[in-house]
Amino acid sequence: MNLMEYQGKELFKRSGIAVPSSHHALDPQAVAAFLEGALGQWVVKAQVLMGGRGKAGKIKMATGASQGRSVAQEIMATPMPPNRQNPAGEPVKSLLVEERLDIAKEAYCAITIDRAARKPVIVVSRFGGMDIEEVAEQHPESIAKFYVDTTIGYSAFMGRELAFAAQLDPGYRKEFPAILAALYDLFFRYGVKLVEINPLALTADGRVVASDAKVELDDDALFRFPEFAQWRAALPLDEDELLAAQAGVGIRNFRRFPGKVGTMANGAGLAMATMDAVANAGGEVADFLDVGGGANAQRVRNCYELVVNTTGAKVFFINIFGGITRGDEVARGIVTAMAQTASRKIPLVIRLTGTNEEEGRRILREAAMTPVETMDEGAREAVRLSHGA
Amino acid sequence: MSIFLDKNSKIIVQGITGAEGSYHTDRMYKYGTNLVGGVTPGKGGQRTPQGLAVFDTVREAVAATGATHTCIFVPPPFAADALYEAYDAGITFAVCITEGVPVHDTLKVVGATPGMRIIGPNCPGLASPGKALVGIMPGHVFKEGGIGVISRSGTLTYEIVDLLTRAGLGQSTCIGVGGDPIIGTTFVECLREFKNDPQTQAIVICGEIGGSDEEEAAAFVAEHLPELPVVAFIGGRNAPPGKSLGHAGAIISGSFGTPQSKIAAFEAAGIPVAQRPSEIPALLAQRLAVRA
Repeated sequence: MNLMEYQGKELFKRSGIAVPSSHHALDPQAVAAFLEGALGQWVVKAQVLMGGRGKAGKIKMATGASQGRSVAQEIMATPMPPNRQNPAGEPVKSLLVEERLDIAKEAYCAITIDRAARKPVIVVSRFGGMDIEEVAEQHPESIAKFYVDTTIGYSAFMGRELAFAAQLDPGYRKEFPAILAALYDLFFRYGVKLVEINPLALTADGRVVASDAKVELDDDALFRFPEFAQWRAALPLDEDELLAAQAGVGIRNFRRFPGKVGTMANGAGLAMATMDAVANAGGEVADFLDVGGGANAQRVRNCYELVVNTTGAKVFFINIFGGITRGDEVARGIVTAMAQTASRKIPLVIRLTGTNEEEGRRILREAAMTPVETMDEGAREAVRLSHGA
Repeated sequence: MSIFLDKNSKIIVQGITGAEGSYHTDRMYKYGTNLVGGVTPGKGGQRTPQGLAVFDTVREAVAATGATHTCIFVPPPFAADALYEAYDAGITFAVCITEGVPVHDTLKVVGATPGMRIIGPNCPGLASPGKALVGIMPGHVFKEGGIGVISRSGTLTYEIVDLLTRAGLGQSTCIGVGGDPIIGTTFVECLREFKNDPQTQAIVICGEIGGSDEEEAAAFVAEHLPELPVVAFIGGRNAPPGKSLGHAGAIISGSFGTPQSKIAAFEAAGIPVAQRPSEIPALLAQRLAVRA
């Protein structure tokens, strides 16, 4: 779960990391009301999860209530423009009105989990305010990393070493180790997957302030923090996750795509391989779906309805490798599911293996479904049917 | 031989009386795995239907049975605790089946339990065919032989093992390392063991998108196992960036974890990459024939 900037900064404040003074506003009226008595120049920032707000004109300066209201209206009038990862764009539902910092320098720091090292890694660069992948390409020498031994945790020397290694402006040095201590505390306490300050601003009057905040929480750890439930409600809904939850499958187990071949398999690895098999056969999938263990009638029905009702599938390719499951039970489950569903019918191609697989295929044939023996064969047949449909 | 697990490994099950634990205990037992007991706090003194003793703590189980291996079936909030308990009681090999363990929990456990090999979490376990099976893999797909299999997946592993078995290619040890971003044992650590296993004549690496385990495995093979026939497969070639598919670890982040990078690494190491699982047995047979 990725947090919005204002939520991330709230966590920063709780952890003792300096952030600009600010006000979270739900509409232009609230922006105007806040700026009514406020002096000086302020920054109005769209609260969205997508990056590239500046370029999209979603961060604007304002002085006074009336200008605040008009820039807020402008920012909220249109959604964030779509990109490859978010083809639908993202509506702007709230704004952060923030003290305008007089910035002298911008740096970068982040803590994340390094998969290969199996350790937390602190990443620092003297180049802030740009995408870190871009910095890695253009100034690889500016990036300093420290892999933290989790049995020690963070200690101040790490911050000192990093500040020197990344050649941070001397103005950062005094406060930097303490900022990293607070950041590590936040990372550790909330089971965070990624926390990033970009930029970490050094102001003209010598303060070090987190000018932006990016925090990714671990969905698997959310049960420990019931207080985040209300933040989740404020985040844009991932429709695929919502649909998956309604169908009773895990939120990571369903993704929709633009193709015509609906797919379902038991197990995430097999479900990915099923997508690949459809692509190898010259088709395009309508979804990724891991039905999980125990493909009983109710589950199969839920999944069938999920795919038929929410994707452009013209055919449904069910790929079950019956490790423990019995083939005849799965077949009966599918037949029952299809008899019960009130949703529109599309052709089924079913690859079924496991104990009693022959019996399973006989049951399917009798119900006028197409059983196949291998994944490749099933993918070819499903693609053929999708073209015909 | 085989790696990690053989006929004599003494194995307990943590969470042995739970729904998952008791179901899979029965299957492991029927496979012939040397199970010596299990643990469920508060149920010490009971016996399972197979006649296995249930203990309240891992310490008692180890003291009474001499167990060295454990298989963990506990809900996600308690997985780290179960692993610490096993470590503290002297267990040296732990398989954690549990899916959905907070990544920081795994991170801390992995850093704090030197000397204990952890497989998983979020994994199907492992099998040394003909000797022992620990976890949730279906025993009937395996056949004893010389192919080592390492995989980040569950059912896809069974699919591949089934294809190998049907092609007459038996297996030495098959390990599902797990689908999480942080896992106790990586491909490279498995390869290091396979390197010293005389039974293992060839290896299948079944990777997927996300992380860099495959790239590291490719480099390891090139450097340390240049003579060994190795074949790879990458699942999720058609996955979109930025979204996990099923496994928390199966995610392309920016330019990182892409199938292209993994395929290129394998090819640079001289390892053929099967386009589909069904090509694996033939590719393997080809490599074995070249070697012979």
